[in-house]
Amino acid sequence: MEGTFRINGRHELLEFSERATLLQVLRDNGHQEVKEGCAEGQCGSCLVLLDGRLVNSCQVFAAAAVNREITTVQGLGTIHAPHAIQEALVEVGAVQCGFCTPGMVMAAYYLLRHHPDPSEKEIRRALDGNLCRCTGYTKIIEGIRLAARRMRQA
Amino acid sequence: MNHFEYLQPTDLAEASRLLGDGPDEAMIFAGGTDMLSLLKDDVVAPRKLINIKGIPGLDDIRYTPGNGLVLGPLVTIRAIKENPTIREHYPVLAEAADVLASPQLRNLGTLGGNLCQRPRCWYFRGDFDCLRKGGATCYALEGRNKYHCIIGGHPCVIVHPSDMAVALLALDAKVTIYTPEETRQIPLNEFFVRPAEDYEREHVLKPGEIMSRIEVPAPPSGMLSGYRKFMERAVWDFAVVSVAAVFTRSGDRITGGRVSFGGVAPVPWQDEAFNRKLSGLRLTKRSVTDACKTLLSGAEPLSENAFKLPLARNLTGSLLLELAGVPL
Repeated sequence: MEGTFRINGRHELLEFSERATLLQVLRDNGHQEVKEGCAEGQCGSCLVLLDGRLVNSCQVFAAAAVNREITTVQGLGTIHAPHAIQEALVEVGAVQCGFCTPGMVMAAYYLLRHHPDPSEKEIRRALDGNLCRCTGYTKIIEGIRLAARRMRQA
Repeated sequence: MNHFEYLQPTDLAEASRLLGDGPDEAMIFAGGTDMLSLLKDDVVAPRKLINIKGIPGLDDIRYTPGNGLVLGPLVTIRAIKENPTIREHYPVLAEAADVLASPQLRNLGTLGGNLCQRPRCWYFRGDFDCLRKGGATCYALEGRNKYHCIIGGHPCVIVHPSDMAVALLALDAKVTIYTPEETRQIPLNEFFVRPAEDYEREHVLKPGEIMSRIEVPAPPSGMLSGYRKFMERAVWDFAVVSVAAVFTRSGDRITGGRVSFGGVAPVPWQDEAFNRKLSGLRLTKRSVTDACKTLLSGAEPLSENAFKLPLARNLTGSLLLELAGVPL
């Protein structure tokens, strides 16, 4: 199969099998910032925005994402121009091995877009579907609180 | 994952035709949160997947005072959780959606898919040729069965994993089923199939049939409702036991209502004898606790799950008292 995807604002014409998940197509085409963890919807490391909705890209067929808008963590910010969430996570030391970080950033972004001033409980609940195998949750939550504060003031 | 054809019909008639002779030929694909896992684990291997998300009008939420709520099968769990009308008039539905899966799965998962999801039994999902997959043995009967059923099982002892079904059952919902010949409506409790009737299926949909609507009656004035789900961790898990309660009261007595259970049986479960007793029940700690002692009295727990019976009884008692505002 073949289809156009709008990935981080750029149109990309890609070939893929009908069995391919969006995660596989993204990773096979240079978007390795999207991580493959469990590949069954449990760990959150492959989170992207699909038409603005947070989804596990491993649980979406690529065929269902054709002609739609996909935002990966690189679409939020890059190493030279980081997003406030990325900056805050680095600053508080919320990145250990870093594998869960792209998913955490996407979940945090989705939360803060809908709830700019979340309580700690709301932050925790927004991360229900994100696993950090380093168990560094405390710093991640601290980083999201810091980012939320800065984004409200910006 | 097997090779399949991915088809995207734009109306129910075409979708129904494409479904053909049954699940070996074609299966419906909606949110995909369960289907992707079933395909990846080779639990199912249809030749065609029929994506119904392109069919218009299946994701509506409509509430009419006096008539009640109409939900399309493609309404997402997130939409139910966040809908202000549902939160106001049917708290039990919003609460069930709120404790279901994770934010990203609630964005994808649909109501219809939630009602039609396959069981979580580790023998069914794993590499076992179990009864439900056409084999000869229910491995859970003699095997590890902590999360299996305590009532209504045999010859297969799965539990039904849906939270939404439990809430909808307590609300006395009805399901509309599209077939090429006619559209028919059945009560939700007739939608699910017990293993004694057929242990290879969980619902009554025949080849070519598609759930097209879920209807919930208008709430009687002053209706109280709620959903409590016991999980082994705080979030993102299936119910070990869950209970939904819907009732009306006058003074300190219940005037009518219904309680239903998840995690105890192969289908979303109601104890009809208990529900009959609800009417007239005094909302005091003692009388509610006493009444709950008889709940699920036909239960036959398996070797590892006797704990589910007191859990179901205690959850029910505390939910009823909490909804009524009686201190626990």
